Amino acid sequence: MAPVKVFGPAMSAHAARILVCLEEVGAEYEVVNVDMQAKEHKSPEHLARNPFGQIPAFQDGDIVLFESRAIAKYVLRKYSKSAGVDLLREGDLKEAAMVDVWTEVEAHTYNPALSPVVYECLIYPAMRGVPTNQKVVEESLEKLKKVLDVYEARLSKHDYLAGDFLSFADLNHFPYTHYFMGTPHASLFDAYPHVKAWWERLAARPSVKKLSAGMPLKF
Amino acid sequence: MAPVKVFGPAMSTNVARVLVCLEEVGAEYEVVNVDFDAGEHKRPEHLARNPFGQTPAFQDGELMLFESRAISRHVLRKYKTEEVNLLREGNLQESALVDVWLDVEAHQYNPAISPIIYQHYLIPMRGGTPDQKLISERMDLMKKLLDVYEARLSKFKYLAGDFASLADVSHFPYTYYFMATPYASVFDSYPSVKAWWESLMSRPAVQKVISQLPKQ
Repeated sequence: MAPVKVFGPAMSAHAARILVCLEEVGAEYEVVNVDMQAKEHKSPEHLARNPFGQIPAFQDGDIVLFESRAIAKYVLRKYSKSAGVDLLREGDLKEAAMVDVWTEVEAHTYNPALSPVVYECLIYPAMRGVPTNQKVVEESLEKLKKVLDVYEARLSKHDYLAGDFLSFADLNHFPYTHYFMGTPHASLFDAYPHVKAWWERLAARPSVKKLSAGMPLKF
Repeated sequence: MAPVKVFGPAMSTNVARVLVCLEEVGAEYEVVNVDFDAGEHKRPEHLARNPFGQTPAFQDGELMLFESRAISRHVLRKYKTEEVNLLREGNLQESALVDVWLDVEAHQYNPAISPIIYQHYLIPMRGGTPDQKLISERMDLMKKLLDVYEARLSKFKYLAGDFASLADVSHFPYTYYFMATPYASVFDSYPSVKAWWESLMSRPAVQKVISQLPKQ
């Protein structure tokens, strides 16, 4: 069976969302770089994979997908049984629902609060040569604190977000949180001991350690 | 079996997303209003259902959920039948395409359309004037998205393929309100998208939810 292909820079947070799932199920995969500086993501070849001209995209034989969370779920559904892993819990109504809830929270609440700090402190200065917009950082940190209040309450009751089992919901937090830890504001997590412990459990996973090595915090 | 409960204002777009799914599967449900003006969404009783103080929230026996797309998935998964299968979780390729286009709705379509709805409907309700510059910029983004949707829907009847799915019905609430704004005519330039929208509107589940919405 040919390895599946993930199209996009390996250090991209959205690509990492897929790669961590591939690592967790032990699937063979290949990362095919897409040169954003050269506008390769807008080339006809890439638009055929992702009609919105974004990264990542994915190919498994005849199946071509885009949107990182949709791709990651496909990977988990395809390989979970043979890998003895169950990160979606689709066999159990209640557990599957909790995985879905906290996956949505990451997408609609956690990431919008946290990722602007990553963009302003790390990505924009490196990629666009612009200074950090402190106002955006401060507003985002205020939002993030309120979000982490809720996470702290949740994670003081359960080891992981969907319950006492690791799931897709937790793994989705890895890429941007990893980069957040490279900003001057990483110590924010110190005020949330259960969140910090949960993050350290995630960061210690072999899959996360392996990918983190390819995601340097200095751009 | 007790009817499931959906907590939130019936006219709310995100509540309507869940209601369409409940109607699609024919489940019994009750809508319990949450009074935002009275700050009910920030009180302990509601925070116990949705710790972020938002709506909808949802109760199915002892199971409490929030996030409208997660609730929708649960409803469609629990009540699915041979005839009504809007997630296609038994089929690797079909379920992936449902997920792709639901994520497109959530991460591309919604950020383009919802500020237009907010500016056009909610700002005037608070005595403000809609930000035309923002609306115009969001409309430019809508057009770029609709270019892609047109290409997709000229090949397939629905977004995930030739079968209706959560990806399609998830577009209903915001698009419904959009169609009552002066900007609705943008859809006239996208015949396949327009036909797709009209077929969504003709679904009995969608018609039922519309009949329960307060008059605009």
